[in-house]
This record gives sequence, structure tokens and C-alpha cells, in this order.
Amino acid sequence: MSNILVLADHVGGTVRKTTAELLTIARRLGEPVAVYIGDGVESALPALGQYGAAKVIALTNPELSQYLVAPKAEALQQVAQKVEPTAILISSSSEGKEVAARLAVKLESGLITDAVDVQSGDGGPVTTQSVFAGNYTVQAKVTKGTPIITVKPNAVTPEAAQTAGTQPEVEELDVSISDVAKTARITASRPREATGRPELTEAAIVVSGGRGTGGDFGPIEAFADSLGAAVGASRAAVDSGWYPHAYQVGQTGKTVAPQLYVAAGISGAIQHRAGMQTSKTIVAINKDAEAPIFELVDFGVVGDLHKVLPAATDDVKNRKG
Amino acid sequence: MKIVVCAKFVPDATADRRFRPEDNTVDRAGVDGLLSELDENAVEAALAIKEAGSGDGPDMEVTVLTVGPEQAADAVKKALQMGADAGVHVVDDAIHGSDAVATSLVLAKALGKLEPDMVVFGMESTDGTMGVVPAMVAERLGLPALTLGSEVTVDGSTVRIRRDGDASSDTVEGTLPLVLSVTDAANEPRYPSFKAIMAAKKKPVQTWALSDLGASADEVGGSVAWSRVTGVTARPPRTVGTIVTDSDGTGAAQLVEFLSTNKFI
Repeated sequence: MSNILVLADHVGGTVRKTTAELLTIARRLGEPVAVYIGDGVESALPALGQYGAAKVIALTNPELSQYLVAPKAEALQQVAQKVEPTAILISSSSEGKEVAARLAVKLESGLITDAVDVQSGDGGPVTTQSVFAGNYTVQAKVTKGTPIITVKPNAVTPEAAQTAGTQPEVEELDVSISDVAKTARITASRPREATGRPELTEAAIVVSGGRGTGGDFGPIEAFADSLGAAVGASRAAVDSGWYPHAYQVGQTGKTVAPQLYVAAGISGAIQHRAGMQTSKTIVAINKDAEAPIFELVDFGVVGDLHKVLPAATDDVKNRKG
Repeated sequence: MKIVVCAKFVPDATADRRFRPEDNTVDRAGVDGLLSELDENAVEAALAIKEAGSGDGPDMEVTVLTVGPEQAADAVKKALQMGADAGVHVVDDAIHGSDAVATSLVLAKALGKLEPDMVVFGMESTDGTMGVVPAMVAERLGLPALTLGSEVTVDGSTVRIRRDGDASSDTVEGTLPLVLSVTDAANEPRYPSFKAIMAAKKKPVQTWALSDLGASADEVGGSVAWSRVTGVTARPPRTVGTIVTDSDGTGAAQLVEFLSTNKFI
């Protein structure tokens, strides 16, 4: 069976949900081999095994985390030469896409980014992407080299493998990192403050606020917490300094496709629609009945979010008891 | 210090964007286009470095480089109006349909000719939105890559960025010559003044073909792309949902009822 290389995305040994999704997809294409970069591979093994990694290649060279992107691409190239995979799957984070970009040049292989689905096809994987602000769905395939595909969060529901419970075989590999890859040095790193809410791109429900909040995200956060949702913000809100850039949903921020997206006080400009248009169910609250967001919604309330959301928050809490 | 900004001419996101039915490539000629909004941040970053005068060497020059069809000259023009000093437009029919890998090859060859101290990109294009070309160009040129900077400082030949990742916010440092890319949070692009628009008309723009770069037509274009779009489907319009007004104060209750019926609570 052919090897499918999966770059595990983790924070300090805790495997992110996207890795489980990548492994689930990898099993459709062949036998998943996970690449784990950094310390703490032991704590990641149960999750990697549960989702079907037959083997885990652990890379612990310190250079891999001291410099930006380039060393990781060099390491993956060396792993690929050894494992000879028929496809390489990486999560569509900003770092993941850059690692994939460099790898494509190194391996002289085609690259597809931001896949929302990957299926096995004749002559290699067939990807589905949502493009032009979600207005088109395109199928694509790689026609040269080893297909390198970056996959967006929530592309599939992670499914445990039949082999779940088997501990994967671990191989520690010492890779060599060239001087040219050690030129963008990370001199400081400040972990992002934990909010206690789900990760924006992974959340099943997202509640976002825009200009209509007038700068007060209290009602947005309270409603999000009543639903166990992540909080997002429109560019207008972020540009006004009302909410951090890391939470921006839209063309120049995060693209989300949750089960439920709630847009409160957001008019629905193309910039914002590009980031949320493919959400399964869309709800909007806006004072302006003419706001373009209402063209997208499954359910809309024409009203003041400062009145509607607090009342809805209380109602949800009561129903949940 | 010579700065080259790589800028892309993209179909206008607020107008109709489409694919060419014959080969599933993006229609770039038959639609309204403009300088990618995110590349305005790259132009602004380069101009700010030039104006601050904190870079390496006294002679600061900003050149805008674009690869695209005839109409892409508009993207060069916009950058010149913002304040870039000169333009280079690589135009060749053979380039149409190039994937990101081939585009990075054309850019790398053009940059090889221009020999800049710094190459500046926007975070991604507003059409392809891959965000991979800066990394590919850095890979090809063997240059340090400070990508996705939301804050940029230049001190002589040392450049520092703040890069906001999913898990952390990092400070990344490199030495010229290097590749830099900036996010839309890095700055607020300026609007060209009337005087700047008039002055832009006198600025030099060179037009290069593939042969000027020592590149061959069989390395680029749709026919040799390493990935191919095999199917395009327009997303069906969303069916119009239920809209209620809160004028009678029942908006919240109706909203929660909808969420409950659809099992979100």
C-alpha cells in the first residue's frame, strides 16, 4: 500500500483537530505516515494512532523551531525521499501553506492549497476547493510529481481508524538543515492568550460582530458562550481596534465554514462574505433591512443586536437549564 | 537600497469573476481588473521604508514588478501613482494559465535581473488566495523570507517583523537581501494625490517578454502547469431564508426557536 505523508499540526504535543482530519483523509488514499516536528511525540502518539497513523517519524532538531518555515520544508523533503509517499497532506495554516510551497519547488511537484475535500481518483487524489469568495467550487488534480495538498479545517469529520488502539511505530530521524534555511530567525515568541473558546477555524458555531456592535463585543461574546461558539469579527470591527486581528473573518482574515454562522451588526460586504459564505447555516441580526447579509441568511432578524442578543442569550441559557 | 514590490493584477472582487470555459483557467482579460488590494499594503510598506530612510544605503528606490496580461499595466500604474519610482511589466501570451510554481519561476528570473536588496509581497492575492508565491520565490532565490509581517522595522541591513500565528505572535529577524511579505494589518495604504497621479505619467516602465528573462515558453503557462482544474461549478444561490423584524420585540424568541428547531441548542 502506498504511503501518504501527513504533517502533524500540534501545540506542544497536543494534536490539533486538523491533524485527525488529515489522517482521516489520508486513509482514503493509502497508508498514513505522520511526521511530527518538535518535542513531546509520546504525548501525541495515542491521537495519531487513533486516526490511523501506522508510523510516526519524529524530528527533534532544534533548528526546526528556531527559524521560520524553511527548515521544516528541508526536513520534509528528506522524509519524502526516504518514505517515497504518493501524496503529502498538510493543514492549511499560514505556516502549513508556506512549508507546502517550498516543498513543491524542492520536489518539483504540483501544489493544491485550501482543499475542502480530497478523494481518491484515477491517477491520484482529486481535490475540491471553494474559490472566488465561495461563488465557485472547483475540482483539481496534481499532474506532476508527488501531489502536495493543503487541507482546510473542517474538510471532514475525523473518524477513528479500525486499527485504533494500536500504538504507531515511531522512528526518530535526524535531518540536516542547510545554512540557507537558517536565515529567518525567530528571536521571540509570545503565546496567544487563551480565550477558553473553540478555535475560530475549527468551531462548529461562530458568532461574529461588526460595525453594528459600536465597539462593544460583550453581547457577541455572551451569546457565543451560551452556544459554546467561537467569536469572530468583521474587518470593520478589527480596523476600528474593537477586536484583535487574529479573529477577523473574511478575505484577509480567517475563512470559516462552521455548521452555524451568526453575523451580528455585519453588513455583509464581499470582503466578509469571502470568509463565511460556505457556512452550512447562516443567521444575521442587523438594524438595516437592506443589508446584503440578508441575501445569504437562512434566518435573519431585522433589529438592534444590543436588544436581540442579550434576550436570546438569556433564552438559550434558560433552555439549557 | 533597491526595493522591488511584486504586485498582481486581479479580477475585481466586487464584479463578476469567472473561469474560461475552454481551459478552466481564470478569465483575466475579459473582466474588470485592478491592483490586488493586499498588494497595496506591500507598496505602502516599501514606500514607508524608503521614506523613513532607515534602510541600508542612501539611494532608496522602489520598483514595482508585475507579471500579467496587457491590462496588468493598470496595476503598475496604480503603484506608480502611490509613489513607486519605476515599473517592470512582464507580459507574454505564453504565461497565461501558469500555476503558482511557474509564476514564482517568472518572478525569480525577473528579480534575478533587477537584483534588489529587498523584495516585498502582499500576504496573498485576492483571486487565487494561495499565499504561497513569496515562499516559493524565496526558495528559488535562496533568500531569507520574513513572511506575513504585521509590523515591520528596518534598521540598516537588519529587518524585523511581528508575525501573528495561530498559536503565538513571533518576532522574526533577517539580514538583507531578503524577501518580505506584509499582511493587511501592517499599514494603511495611501490614496494617490492628484499631483502624484500626474507625476506617475512620467515614471519609467519597462516591458519584458519571457525571452528577456532567459525563460522559455515551455516552462510556463497552462499546458505545463503542475496542477490542473478539472471541473468548475458555480455555487447555486442560497435559497432566501426567513427574515423577521424585532419591531414587536419577539426577534430574540424567534431566533432562539429557529436555533432550537435546527438542533443548535
